[in-house]
Amino acid sequence: MNITIVDYNSGNISSVINSFNEVAKDKANIEVTSDLNKIKFSDKLVLPGQGSFKSCVDALNKINGLKDALNEFAIINKKPLLGICVGLQMFADIGYEETETKGLGWISGKVSKIDNQNGKYKLPHIGWNQINIVKESKIFKDIENNSHMYFVHSYEFIPSDKNVISATTDYSSNIVCSVEKENIFGTQFHPEKSDKTGLKIINNFMNL
Amino acid sequence: MLKNRIIPCLDVKNGRVVKGINFVDLKDAGDPVEQAKIYSDGGADEICFLDITASNENRNTIYDVVEKTSKKCFVPLTVGGGVRSVDDISKLLNCGADKVSINTEAVKNPKIVVDSSKKFGSQCIVVAIDAKKNNNKWEIFTHGGRNNTGIDAIEFAKKMEENRAGELLVTSMDRDGTQVGYDIDLMSKISSKVNIPVIASGGVGNLDHLVDGIKLGNASAVLAASIFHYGKYSVKEAKEYLNSKGIPVRI
Repeated sequence: MNITIVDYNSGNISSVINSFNEVAKDKANIEVTSDLNKIKFSDKLVLPGQGSFKSCVDALNKINGLKDALNEFAIINKKPLLGICVGLQMFADIGYEETETKGLGWISGKVSKIDNQNGKYKLPHIGWNQINIVKESKIFKDIENNSHMYFVHSYEFIPSDKNVISATTDYSSNIVCSVEKENIFGTQFHPEKSDKTGLKIINNFMNL
Repeated sequence: MLKNRIIPCLDVKNGRVVKGINFVDLKDAGDPVEQAKIYSDGGADEICFLDITASNENRNTIYDVVEKTSKKCFVPLTVGGGVRSVDDISKLLNCGADKVSINTEAVKNPKIVVDSSKKFGSQCIVVAIDAKKNNNKWEIFTHGGRNNTGIDAIEFAKKMEENRAGELLVTSMDRDGTQVGYDIDLMSKISSKVNIPVIASGGVGNLDHLVDGIKLGNASAVLAASIFHYGKYSVKEAKEYLNSKGIPVRI
């Protein structure tokens, strides 16, 4: 099995690479690339993302043909894709970080700043928070409800169709922290930094 | 609910741990990779390396340590000490650090915080503030606490938030190494003036100090070195104690 971690200059992805290599051992081959041909022939894709919504979308658009290749992979061919952090946020139609920016439009919705209730909640939302699993998701196989995951973000994805939400976390309000829509999966938290439980999620994605 | 974090910090010099855990079953007490793994297996919420390598020719040793650690520990890894440029940050991140803490350079050249946050995202930029009380205010010290800049620590903290730091690591130079507890006044003042998370550091001698740092100092996370190094307490014991005092922790 070939898993490609999409390398589109979206910030620091070494932890994502390390964690996938740790879980993959001999069962999968991990590629880190933005080569369109390699993406096309992968079995699964991982779309990481750090920094702002705008900087990630810009970085993605900078690579000629990448957006189309991702669309073909996830929407036309319906092969499994996991978005992490801003990688998940980019599924949305639109994001409001820095300035209004168009997303990939795979899951209808918007990305806006977490309501910090006039400074009552610190932002970024950094640290370990529990996830409330609201829908059975294949990537949560053998993951207990209320497990701790590592978060670091100031913006949240608000999908229009609540049925795509697979988990939420409580910070100022119920923040969407995981989505599943057919072959498309996303986590707002960082499974690659969430210790053994996080590695289990990566393993579940690999076993899809 | 978001949990308060416990962060053990390891001082690394020339690629070796300076103050280490005295565990009998440890094959190599000076190996930072092995020590970090013990902490992460024990429930540390993050690991922090402070590189105190003095000579330039040995500066590269930290990259090797970070690279090896990040392949074994799957909790966030913060690395600080001697970070002078956006290029230094880039190198540390590429080796597998999740966050980089900037100290002296953030004071000398505050623009580095703006530039690096823009380039890598503020989630990985921690500004380390070393402060010492002078009359009724706290002043920033640099170069590992040797140089007094006269800059007001609270004003500086606000400025660093404006410059898009993701977190502040606040160390009281008066308390560092004394084991008498955090400077609660300093922590709570800074925490109330900024809206980004504050990590309290400097002075922990027992588990009640960790409780105070969070409850009274309003810190989001507490960093400690020697209480964990010398095996006085394990991270697990610390978490259980905090939990018993009603502080939300990841257990």
